[in-house]
Amino acid sequence: MQLSITTTVNKISKARSAPEASTSLFRQSIRQLRKNKLAVAGFVFILFMFLICFIGPLFSPYADGKINPAQMHQPPSAEHWLGTDLLGRDVLTRLLQAGRISLTVGLASMALSMTIGTLLGITSGYYRGFIDQLIMRIADLLFTIPSLPLLFIMGALMSEWKVPTDYRLYIVMIMLSLIGWPGVARLVRSQMLTLREREYMLAADVLGLRDRRKLFGHLLPNVFPLLIVIGTLSTGGAILSESVLSFFGLGVMPPTPTWGNMIDAANNVIDFEKRPWLWIPPGLAIFLTVIAINIFGDGLRDILDPKQNTSR
Amino acid sequence: MRTYLLRRCLYMLLILFGASILIFFLYSLTPGDYVDNNLNLSDQRKAELREIYGLNKPILERYVIWISNIFQGDFGYSLAQQRPVLDLFQDYIWNSFLLASAATFFTWFFAVIIGVLTAYKQYSLFDTLVMIGIFAAMSIPSFFIGLFLIKLFAVDLKLLPPGGMITTGSRAEGWEYIKDVLHHMILPVAVMVLLGVGSLTRYFRSNMLEVIRQDYVRTARAKGLKERTVLYRHALKNAMLPAITLIGFELPGLFGGSIIIEKIFNWPGIGQLYMSSFTVRDYPLLMGFTMFIAILTVLGTLLSDILYHASDPRVKL
Amino acid sequence: MNSLIEINHLSTHFQTGDGTIKAVDDISFRIREGETVCIVGESGCGKSITAMSIMGLIEGPHGKIAGGQIRFGDKDLLKISKEEMRRIRGNEISMIFQEPMSSLNPVITIGKQIMEPLMLHQQMTKKQAYARAIELIELVGIPRAEQIANSYPHQLSGGMLQRIMIAIAISCGPKLLIADEPTTALDVTIQAQVLETLRKSKEQSNMSIMLITHDLGVVAEMADYVIVMYAGKIVEEGDVVELFERPKHPYTQGLLKSKPIIGQRKDQLYSIPGQVPNPLELTESCYFHDRCENCMTICQTRQPRLMKMDNGQRVACWLYDEEAQHE
Repeated sequence: MQLSITTTVNKISKARSAPEASTSLFRQSIRQLRKNKLAVAGFVFILFMFLICFIGPLFSPYADGKINPAQMHQPPSAEHWLGTDLLGRDVLTRLLQAGRISLTVGLASMALSMTIGTLLGITSGYYRGFIDQLIMRIADLLFTIPSLPLLFIMGALMSEWKVPTDYRLYIVMIMLSLIGWPGVARLVRSQMLTLREREYMLAADVLGLRDRRKLFGHLLPNVFPLLIVIGTLSTGGAILSESVLSFFGLGVMPPTPTWGNMIDAANNVIDFEKRPWLWIPPGLAIFLTVIAINIFGDGLRDILDPKQNTSR
Repeated sequence: MRTYLLRRCLYMLLILFGASILIFFLYSLTPGDYVDNNLNLSDQRKAELREIYGLNKPILERYVIWISNIFQGDFGYSLAQQRPVLDLFQDYIWNSFLLASAATFFTWFFAVIIGVLTAYKQYSLFDTLVMIGIFAAMSIPSFFIGLFLIKLFAVDLKLLPPGGMITTGSRAEGWEYIKDVLHHMILPVAVMVLLGVGSLTRYFRSNMLEVIRQDYVRTARAKGLKERTVLYRHALKNAMLPAITLIGFELPGLFGGSIIIEKIFNWPGIGQLYMSSFTVRDYPLLMGFTMFIAILTVLGTLLSDILYHASDPRVKL
Repeated sequence: MNSLIEINHLSTHFQTGDGTIKAVDDISFRIREGETVCIVGESGCGKSITAMSIMGLIEGPHGKIAGGQIRFGDKDLLKISKEEMRRIRGNEISMIFQEPMSSLNPVITIGKQIMEPLMLHQQMTKKQAYARAIELIELVGIPRAEQIANSYPHQLSGGMLQRIMIAIAISCGPKLLIADEPTTALDVTIQAQVLETLRKSKEQSNMSIMLITHDLGVVAEMADYVIVMYAGKIVEEGDVVELFERPKHPYTQGLLKSKPIIGQRKDQLYSIPGQVPNPLELTESCYFHDRCENCMTICQTRQPRLMKMDNGQRVACWLYDEEAQHE
């Protein structure tokens, strides 16, 4: 029997010195996300959309939106890649400018509803008792009332009060977030309820940690992945809602273009039949943007919440 | 069970109360009402009408009148149509119901089949294609796809009618009438199914995926049961269970009409009624409709709960 | 005693995003009629996968049986059709699993779940199957059989559920019962009841049992023959008494040393140093070499073969391989 002490010692020391796989959750997530090619494609598209909508118009000679009656209703050509509308404005430029609005409104209303929803959801789930009941009842109330009529009323109110076009944008964002927060609050609250009962929370209790420490140190980091997923996916929904509002003439009004009101403007017999370049591009823009967001958000959900692994 | 139902009903009433207050005061906020907006009336007539309809009374009084009427089954009186709101509902609701029931049926039909199939054949090409399709269905704006399909099938290909419930001016009866309506239903129902099938398929798929991974499915296979038995009796039964709760939530959609679809396809349903009332500010009808949907939503939730408790032996009330 | 089932050079691989995992790596063993064979090893050593491979329950696209044959009677289980294998499952070879609480369908009554294989494999009518189900419930020592048959799984305790699982498994009179860690999820006292039920069933029908466990106490009680697995390979096997008294492989020795003995005073419990190797990073070597205190140069570079010793035991270790002596 040969005993090689040196080799054994070498083995052990090599094992000890090998760096531990201590990549953070963030880096691990990025690595896993990259494997999901569909999600990556979605993300790339979203990035592309943002870039061309915000930067694109800067390169366009038509960015000032000047009315040019001589050029009205031109089909797509070399000068106007997507043709012109009834006032001679370049459709492509307007499409990109509309993208700015639609994307901004979508993101902003999502951010707002997430903030409200998360704060209320955490408060509700953590403190329970009366405040929980109160918040949940209000959320139930908002759920019970159909959202479309509610949005229409708010839209009509804006028209009646003759809100200036610029401010309409902000009001629409607020309106959408008021509709959106109950859903977020419910999800966050149920997550809180589950987390609260976990053993490490009991440990934190035993250690005598203060409420705030428990909330921010332990519970919030665990809610975070859920928030990222909800946030991403609800952005798509917000963009869709904004487009519906604009389509019904109750959201952002012309001349400020949004994808929704561009379609609405073309929703008459002649334009519909004979000038598809007026309404198909904005519709496609909404569709592709939202699908990219959904695919990306789904990829996020796969890696951040392995329990709800719905795609793989 | 008794106490649970009682508590639930009480809670439902409370929520409906709150909803009614919210609805009433929201609609009251919007300035201008039917009388004011009607250009045909002289100022004097307007003042008279306001007296008759009690529009000059203080807001609280109007609310109490409205809500107590509702309790007695009186949803108000439409100013624009000069008929009780409930009667109007009767006329239009069944048109919406027609569309919605067909759409719901087909949506569930396809969602169950496709969802179960893709879960069973996970990772296959079929699965990937379906997933992309699902994403597409969930991301498309309803009005856009409606317009697009109309352009494609009605305008360009001239295969299907562009809108309405029956061919304009048609006096068809009996079977001819039914055929005409069905012909007109194809596009709107197709759009509704397209929009709804995405998320429902996803739901069934993920349920099925989860269930297939369960230990008891492995046991069923280990018992040497036929794969079909394993799938249907063991897996599907469990996967469908939570879906029972969804049935209740379809209730408001079934009778509430889709405002968007009915506008695009010019379908004489209750959604269209709502939109036309909206433009003239016919508040009794608007409030009545909104309240009606709220009641359906609450009932639907209750139905879901009851159905779930009745079907899952593990859940005790 | 005849061989009931012979596993020859079985390999089962899994494809992952990071590479191929050889969960079961070229193992061979056999189980005789009426024999209880225990497969021991740590989590991840491949014992459950071995059982699933025998049952034909390895699922693609990630899992695949990469080679070997399983001789059962006059058939090779790896070559027969899916339909033939399905007829054998639950009928001639059956299996019970670790978590009784989740192994039964929660929305179907106990009785119906017992009746299923009876009606399928034994072609019984509903009435006959029901009567037999009641008999089986009583056989495994559960009183008030009628009531139990009409209950749902969530109404029974873990121990009772596991005994129901046994009832289902033995219902068609199988020649081989595979039990994958049947008592791991149960209390020690219930464990004894379940093992007793297993033993009784075996006695009544001369059934063979393949018992998978990591609990040496269970092995001592139940086994006739023991197979020790590590990282997908068999490292030692032998008669139970011989193995416990004269373990040859350093891993087996380590396992036995780790078991605390009541009444013995020790400052520190022994545990085998190191960890189970990452299945994706295995190299051509003895897989145990980095945890072995007798590690030699050859252990790091070549894999030991399973060699038969004088007393009938088999070990895969260079300590006993003469080839290594000439290094």
